[in-house]
Amino acid sequence: MSNYDIFSSDVLVVGAGLAGERAAVAAAEKGLNVIILSLVPPRRSHSTAAQGGMQASLGNSAKGLGDSPDVHFVDTVKGSDWGCEQDVARIFVENAPIAVRQMSYWGVPWNRVVAGKKILHDGTEIEDSPEKEGLITARDFGGTAKWRTCYTSDGTGHTLQFVMDSIVIKLGITVHDRTEAISIIHDGDRCYGVVARCLRTGKLRVYTAKSTVIATGGYGRLYGASTNAIINEGSGMFIAQETGVVPLGNMEAVQFHPTGIVPSWILVTEGARGDGGYLRDKNLHRFMPDYEPVKKELASRDVVSRRMMQHIRKGYGVESPYGEHLWLDIRHLGEKHINTNLREIANICRNFAGIDPVHDLIPVRPTQHYSMGGIRTNAQGMAYGLEGLFAIGEAACWDLHGFNRLGGNSLAETVVAGMVIGEEIAKYTKDASYNVSTKLLDEFVGQQEDRIDALISNRNGSENVYEIRREMEKTLSTYVGIFRNGKDLQTAVNKLDELYQRSLKVGIRSGGKGADPELASALRIKGMVRLAYCIAAGALNRTESRGSHFREDYPKRDDANWLKRTLAYWPVGASKPELKYEPVKITELPPGDRGYGEASAQASAGKA
Amino acid sequence: MSNRLLTFNIFRYDPNTPEIEPKMQKFQVEEEERMTLFIVLNKIREEQDPTLKFDFVCRAAICGSCAMLVNGKPTLACKTLTKDLPNETTLMPLPAFKLLGDLSVDTGTWFREMSIKTEAWVHTDKVFDPKAEEERMSNDQALAIYEAERCIECGCCIAGCATVNIRPDFLGAAGINRVARFMLDPRDERTEQEYFEVVGSDDGVFGCVGLMACDDNCPIGIPLQGQLSYVRRKMAVAGWRR
Ligand SMILES: Cc1cc2nc3c(=O)[nH]c(=O)nc-3n(C[C@H](O)[C@H](O)[C@H](O)COP(=O)(O)OP(=O)(O)OC[C@H]3O[C@@H](n4cnc5c(N)ncnc54)[C@H](O)[C@@H]3O)c2cc1C
Ligand code: SF4
Ligand code: SF4
Ligand code: FES
Repeated sequence: MSNYDIFSSDVLVVGAGLAGERAAVAAAEKGLNVIILSLVPPRRSHSTAAQGGMQASLGNSAKGLGDSPDVHFVDTVKGSDWGCEQDVARIFVENAPIAVRQMSYWGVPWNRVVAGKKILHDGTEIEDSPEKEGLITARDFGGTAKWRTCYTSDGTGHTLQFVMDSIVIKLGITVHDRTEAISIIHDGDRCYGVVARCLRTGKLRVYTAKSTVIATGGYGRLYGASTNAIINEGSGMFIAQETGVVPLGNMEAVQFHPTGIVPSWILVTEGARGDGGYLRDKNLHRFMPDYEPVKKELASRDVVSRRMMQHIRKGYGVESPYGEHLWLDIRHLGEKHINTNLREIANICRNFAGIDPVHDLIPVRPTQHYSMGGIRTNAQGMAYGLEGLFAIGEAACWDLHGFNRLGGNSLAETVVAGMVIGEEIAKYTKDASYNVSTKLLDEFVGQQEDRIDALISNRNGSENVYEIRREMEKTLSTYVGIFRNGKDLQTAVNKLDELYQRSLKVGIRSGGKGADPELASALRIKGMVRLAYCIAAGALNRTESRGSHFREDYPKRDDANWLKRTLAYWPVGASKPELKYEPVKITELPPGDRGYGEASAQASAGKA
Repeated sequence: MSNRLLTFNIFRYDPNTPEIEPKMQKFQVEEEERMTLFIVLNKIREEQDPTLKFDFVCRAAICGSCAMLVNGKPTLACKTLTKDLPNETTLMPLPAFKLLGDLSVDTGTWFREMSIKTEAWVHTDKVFDPKAEEERMSNDQALAIYEAERCIECGCCIAGCATVNIRPDFLGAAGINRVARFMLDPRDERTEQEYFEVVGSDDGVFGCVGLMACDDNCPIGIPLQGQLSYVRRKMAVAGWRR
């Protein structure tokens, strides 16, 4: 029999980003005993990196007057290209203002309304009313009819996460950081907790709970080139899918941002183009007007991304050790403008690329940014297929974003879902009884011990984890990117099929002692390739274009056949995913035109 | 670009295997355009030594994970460009924190304990009313709080602080800055006397010798000097009133 430490709680939350911490707080406030697991200290979670803001229809700022949950609802459904669950979008928009105000009560220093006249970029004059002075203000974001995005300067995610974590600390909630969930304990019907690996010592542990919540964030790192933190590897999603009974929803819905800086893939915000920056190719030709004569660089986010990739494919990309890229040119805006209005961009360029945008061109390429897909849940946040398993935040497909999420809607999702689903979890947990046998725990720990042994002893082979990983990243970036077509997607599926087989034969060189980092990567690789496979297979099957999913060979949205959500299962023992479909819930707003203009018939994704 | 061959002397030690002595290990990496230490360390791990331990999360100077001593100076490795480094560079883990292995240290536990000691959350008797409008605050007040709240808990200020070496329980510049953040916040109802209990000691503001190594080392430019003197002034007055 195995020898391992067991920790038990009412609620186990895997992930200490905004979503996980908010749900933990909701459960703890109901008197439940909660443990949170996280790869890193909570404040280092990826939520901290969000700069732009969080949407809520407070309607305090001059350009937000008249905003309401109804207006927010319409924006969100259009943004999703009618791929979202409308009942969920409704819950979301109604609760977002409460969530923002509660974060304020807890300590977020939201920027506030300052009364008086202001001149905007384009010369229009607005006036903030003295009656609203001191209330939470908002900024403009893409795809929103009103200024609705609440913010704290350029550090919204940071302030939200720090304040949330301060409540977690205040409530005395147990956090085990540097702990990685590597498998979900279940009997095919009910979830009992997880097997985790301590990233300090390498020891396996068991966490049992009445309710288990996956809040592990997105999977940006499958693409290699991503604006996401390097811990965003989708592990919560693949351990859920590995149960064989829990499906992932809409994995093919992947959002790209036009200007990730090469090679660090840190985000250069839309502000650079908004202020008049140009995109240039290897001949320094400004190419956007050739493709989009009207909107040029300011077409919607996904349109610009598509045009850039199209241009690179035609052979106009700039060669670099990090792959081909294009240039962003802001030099003509002048030193004064760059060092004041675009200071943040200038700093990123200096710190991470060692270039001065006053004199130098900025190397950029469209970059993976957000995962709309994830663990499919019902409106109460419970995963399909396993009783007692919940999912929230970017890891989940709750599904309020459909095929395209609007900027500012994901931070809002984390806090609103944490609050609303947190209540549901508390309710469920209070009534739940569970009885888990030691035999089941032994069995699940045994499986993981066996995997680790196989990796260390190279029993199944000696494939190099980093090589497989690089090939997987390249396959997704090359064939399952912004432009998709049947031929490329088939190539990707074939390649991922091969990589999946190779991922089963990984062995490690490091010996795997203690908290060995190569072993940690090796334990993840199979699951990551599975997720990549689901993305490619889902995209190949979906013969239409919707939101961020753009098929050159099927450029139109096809509501007659595809107003439905992909559910990707991976049956135990299978060598490929199994795709099923379910209808999208339409409760208020029937499918129609998104109204984003001629060149941007597709998604407008919003800033940052 | 003619590529330099860079040499890195990296500290190696695993506290889980104390029988193996700490040592410095030499690695060589060919420099590439726009290379950062994030790229270098990953290359070393993937191509030369898969056991090397280090921490990066955001790789964008936002999360505070990757602080280490680069040629003796505490700084964020993710925003250190190789083009600013000499041909030979020494990388050491941050001192003052528990070593987890090689370049990885446990800043997370240190900062959580600091938060507990300073009770770093808003103290209020008010109850949240989901139906009410938010309480008002001036934008200037909000910005001042944000200025102190920007700390990413990287530990650079702690690692370079003389007092930390003498007083292991010293809150450090980051801790005192955290207290300043709540003192500035109108929502926090703690009195000066209550704050005095937290920082009015030699482990708090009165231990600081004011040489400002912290201020020089803070990678995101928190005005630590100003925050320290703000708290010290307030606490001197509060102490005098006792
Ligand atoms: C550069 C950038 C800017 C952005 N800006 C905005 C913005 O302005 N507005 C907006 O609305 N959205 C923005 N987003 C999106 C938004 O930040 C994220 O979608 C959101 O923060 C995700 O939060 P989360 O709680 O779901 O996950 P995360 O914050 O990613 O947290 C995941 C947690 O899970 C833990 N974890 C992961 N795997 C495991 C495991 N196996 N075991 C244990 N723990 C695990 C991690 O340690 C971490 O604590 C931005 C995203 C990026 C990349
Ligand atoms: S000024 Fe004070 S806190 Fe800063 S380094 Fe010196 S002793 Fe430490
Ligand atoms: S104050 Fe500055 S140096 Fe100190 S922990 Fe915070 S960010 Fe780092
Ligand atoms: S990796 Fe986040 S600060 Fe360096």
